[in-house]
Amino acid sequence: MTETVVRQNRIARNADRVGMAAMIVASICLVALGAHWVSGPMVSVVVLVLLLVLGGVLGLAITGGPEARRLLAPYGLLKPGMLWLALFFLAPVWSLLRISLSTKESRFSVKYNFNWAFQNYATAFKDFGKQFEHAFVYAAIATVLTILIGYPLAYVIAFRGGKYKNILLGLVVIPFFTSYLIRTIAWSTILADRGFVVRALNAVGLGNVFEWLHIMDNGKLLNTPAAVIGGLTYNFLPFMLLPIYVSLEKIDVNLVNAAGDLYSSATRAFRKVVFPLSIPGVFAGTLLTFIPAAGDFVNAQFLGNPNTTMIGNSIQDQFLKQNNYPVASAMAAVLMVSIATLVLLYTRIFGTEDLA
Amino acid sequence: MMRKRTKYGRYALNVFAGLGLVYLFAPIFFIVAFSFNKPNGNFNIAWQSFTFDNWLHPFAEESLTRALWKSLEIAAVSTFVSTILGSLIAVALSRYKFRGSGGINLFLVLPLTTPEIVLGSSLATLFLGQNFIDFGMTTIIIAHIMFQVSFVALTVRARIRGFDWTLEQAAQDLGATPFRTFMKVTFPLILPGILAAGLLAFALSIDDFIITFFNSGPVQTFPLQIYGASRVRIPPQINVLASMILFLSVAILMTGTIAGMRKSAEKQATAKKFKLLQRK
Repeated sequence: MTETVVRQNRIARNADRVGMAAMIVASICLVALGAHWVSGPMVSVVVLVLLLVLGGVLGLAITGGPEARRLLAPYGLLKPGMLWLALFFLAPVWSLLRISLSTKESRFSVKYNFNWAFQNYATAFKDFGKQFEHAFVYAAIATVLTILIGYPLAYVIAFRGGKYKNILLGLVVIPFFTSYLIRTIAWSTILADRGFVVRALNAVGLGNVFEWLHIMDNGKLLNTPAAVIGGLTYNFLPFMLLPIYVSLEKIDVNLVNAAGDLYSSATRAFRKVVFPLSIPGVFAGTLLTFIPAAGDFVNAQFLGNPNTTMIGNSIQDQFLKQNNYPVASAMAAVLMVSIATLVLLYTRIFGTEDLA
Repeated sequence: MMRKRTKYGRYALNVFAGLGLVYLFAPIFFIVAFSFNKPNGNFNIAWQSFTFDNWLHPFAEESLTRALWKSLEIAAVSTFVSTILGSLIAVALSRYKFRGSGGINLFLVLPLTTPEIVLGSSLATLFLGQNFIDFGMTTIIIAHIMFQVSFVALTVRARIRGFDWTLEQAAQDLGATPFRTFMKVTFPLILPGILAAGLLAFALSIDDFIITFFNSGPVQTFPLQIYGASRVRIPPQINVLASMILFLSVAILMTGTIAGMRKSAEKQATAKKFKLLQRK
């Protein structure tokens, strides 16, 4: 009798470990079920384990007393969301990797056999290397452009906005309340071959300059790489501007004044005080811009031509039109891994803890 | 000399920022203006003549209206679920110190640092490999909740970062039960943060295209309908509905800002009164 009480106390005292273990085990069970690690009778075993673990924690919370409940509480709050992410974020990534290494049973079959088919990756690189290159190059250029446009704008709002700061910030966000697709279609109309922008540029004589800069191609603005990059820049600008604004907004103006008092020029004060303090914003903005831009296919579809397709277009085409899930999955996996690698490298070099 | 240069620099920067705003608004101006266009043919892309017709019959395009309702339905359900799941995570992260919270923080950022096309296609492979749910409303809602949860959790956590959790102890010292404490003290105080996150989640859901595209099956949401139709026809109703959404969001934003300004003005007034009383 006393022995069970002692044991119960020990469990109750370590309820946080129990809670965390239960959350991890339950997540693994869900990933196993979702990603088909198990089949046949093993499925019921895994379901049983899952129910036992969840029931066990619930039992401990009821019988363990207030101390155990307090220790279990955070895991209880986390569990619904975390299990959702385990089943619908982690398990899918696993099944994506699995299908990327499978082969179709026959040309028109919808069945896939997992057989370490690395040739899917070979196909992805061989046939779609150009698209990978476009995705990364366009996204990188667009990211630099969002910094060049977004930083000054954020700076003016943060330091010169005064009492209009919130209104200006609202103005910056308002355009993004219209649908992403509609905005992109609107750009395709604005830049159209016989649209007023092209006509105005030619009338002022800037057409040749733009041609020389490779922004225009044979008198066209639309359906050029520049149009795709411009669309990416436009659509992801707020993801750059807002983090930069947040980090600029936090800066104590007295620091800038102090630099001035110490005979620093305005430029030097910016370079030595303001800019270093805003780096976390630029850092977060770069990730938030580059990652979605590299995977985008809407801009390339509406603003580009068949020679400017990005990897997103190819994944979408292979997956939804050709139903070639293995190769599409291989491309998505390569995109995911290369972006993760870039993010890791980038974090190593410019590392900041403010990201999360 | 020096002074003059910085002064010009100042102007240049302001002008540049102004141009930036013009760039941001160019397509918006275009969308709103063309909602008053009387198009010639299937594509509303060349200016013909001014008309109020489109605004008088905003729901004339039946498939478009149906798609918009579908989108609103999906956004309502997914926002409701994801706001609860995400807020629970945020409360857990800011209210408690516990083992593994660093890992959870990192895990929450992962869906945001994964390109949408990877999220969409991988989720589709999960749904392809089972026969419990068909592609349709359910799969879209599941997908939306998946990407909303992280956004909600991070937004709510940022909003309640400075929350004074000792208030809960105070309530309990005064004899309130934990449930009553939550309903009367904690919940009302963190509610603004939760509502803001919910609005964000709703907006993300309504506008999502890429992830939905992979998991929609036969269902047409508003963005999907526009995408599908864009090759055959672009009716002016698209511009009208988009403008309506725009004006509605601006109205919500403005009420929020004005309410916030009024509140801070009230606070300042109270503080002033308090100071006057102290001086006496």
